[in-house]
Amino acid sequence: MGDVLFTSAIDGLLIGVIYGLAAMGLTLIFGVMDVINLAHGPLIALGMFGVYLLFTLMGLNPFVAVIIVAAIGLLLGVLIYFIAVSRVIDAPPLSSLLSTFSVNMIIIGIGTAMLSTSSYNVDYSLGTLDLGFFRAPGSRIAASLVALLTTVLLYFFLYRTRPGKYIRAVANNRISAELMGIPSTRILALAFGIGVMLATVAGGLIATILPINILAGGSYELKSFVIVVLGGLGNPLGALLGGLILGLIEGLVPVFMKTTWVPVIEYVLFVLILLVRPQGILGAKE
Amino acid sequence: MKRLFKPGLLIPIAIIVALAIWPLFSGNSASAREAMFTLIMSMALASSLNIILGYTGYVSFGHIVFFGIGGYAGFWVITHLGWHILPAALLGGLVAAIIAWLLGLAVLRLRGAYFALATIGILEAMKALVINLDFLGGPVGLEMHFSEYKRYGGPMESLWMVYWSMAFLAILVIVVSYFIKTSKFGLGLMAIREDEDAAEVMGVITPRAKTWAYVLSAVFPGIIGVLFFFKNGNIEPGDAFRLHFSIEWIVMLMLGGAGTVLGPVLGGGIYQWLRKTLLTSPIFKDYQLVVAGVMLLIIVLFVPTGIIGWVRTRSAKLRRIFE
Repeated sequence: MGDVLFTSAIDGLLIGVIYGLAAMGLTLIFGVMDVINLAHGPLIALGMFGVYLLFTLMGLNPFVAVIIVAAIGLLLGVLIYFIAVSRVIDAPPLSSLLSTFSVNMIIIGIGTAMLSTSSYNVDYSLGTLDLGFFRAPGSRIAASLVALLTTVLLYFFLYRTRPGKYIRAVANNRISAELMGIPSTRILALAFGIGVMLATVAGGLIATILPINILAGGSYELKSFVIVVLGGLGNPLGALLGGLILGLIEGLVPVFMKTTWVPVIEYVLFVLILLVRPQGILGAKE
Repeated sequence: MKRLFKPGLLIPIAIIVALAIWPLFSGNSASAREAMFTLIMSMALASSLNIILGYTGYVSFGHIVFFGIGGYAGFWVITHLGWHILPAALLGGLVAAIIAWLLGLAVLRLRGAYFALATIGILEAMKALVINLDFLGGPVGLEMHFSEYKRYGGPMESLWMVYWSMAFLAILVIVVSYFIKTSKFGLGLMAIREDEDAAEVMGVITPRAKTWAYVLSAVFPGIIGVLFFFKNGNIEPGDAFRLHFSIEWIVMLMLGGAGTVLGPVLGGGIYQWLRKTLLTSPIFKDYQLVVAGVMLLIIVLFVPTGIIGWVRTRSAKLRRIFE
């Protein structure tokens, strides 16, 4: 029993880091501009297929492909910001929810027309890590390490570089930031781009360990909502913690009951946290 | 009584009546009936959502949860207890209303995006829960035996009965929506939409008003759910709790004009007509979701008040006719 628990917990934590990375993209965008990006799921799916296509068509190593996917995600995010978000950024929440959802529909529409909804697989393996008391697929460990590295880079960017500090300033108080000479439109576009980039990177990493399809992003989007609310809306570090918690739940709950109960627990937890402590565990942005 | 004979109420009712009797004059009445059923159902659903979203300003993203809950409740008593469809439909509405009331007490304290997220969470929680409930058929759902239609005089007759019930219900939704909009209660809701704190200071008992708006907007989807799944002959979690459908209702509402009586009727009609045209066109068949997405984006970015809202701001004369 102890062995099973340990292995399940580690398994959960490994995937949890990737969930956390995806959720960080969502929470960064919310924290900076109060927009809930409902295109988050399809963007995760685009990341998956970016890696899949680079791997199968060009024979690129999936972990190298993730870097290219990240760059494309950043550009795509900036593009989406200028087309769909910048006009509604000060409108009531319904407007930005709907405008990002329309992006969701467009991506899913094109995706299903071109790729159908069938399942694809990135056929890549790094062997199995076997420590006797613990076994895990190598690619799963590598994906988690890349996710952790991305998180560290994000923090370095937000706290140690000028554009990162600009993003935090705009998140804190856009009007004051503008008065200090920060080009807020460009910074908002950059923040949205980074948010999308994180989503696509998370998608790309998921593609290396699990089968993918164009609609798969939807369930990761919902997971991201749960995580973001757990950790506190707008708090990237909270997202990482929330991701780990969700990963643990997904790893440990099936040991005790049927797997189909996992989403029930997740969503009930989600609604409860919203009701009881809407600022999340680590607190939302002030 | 005077409020009954205003164009604001009569125009939407006339539209629904005209659509409802269309199959009687059309050559292929069965296919016309199916098309009109979808159209009228969309109008009724969008109008119900309008009460909480349009009038009160609370974005209920997962509103389809009430459609699913009502549908399951009604379907279960039909198949397991042998109820007649009409009381079963009313029961569906009642169950949806009670659940809306209980949920409303809790989630209506949340505002803006938090409320929208909570409604998505509730929808997904409910879907995941139903998948785990064996007495509701789990992931497969429930199915109705074909012989069930016999008591109504055969499948044809039961389909027509459901059709006329749907039309009647749609008219009822419009009447309720109109009376809310022109009542003091409705003014309270719209005050909440504009500024909840100010509304409270002005004497609107906001928790009570919001809860009632939520309950009223949940009753009709609950009833419609029973009619819809009875007509379908089966119910499963994927159909009953599909987030995508409830977002379609929002699109219809936004297209016609949220917060107006005629808006959801017009928006529901145009959206479904457009969808049907796209689905049958060889070029757009695969891309209908893309077209719908682009349409939604254009509405949100450039005409956020919808067709009726836009017309009302342009013409003082039309403002008196369209509510």
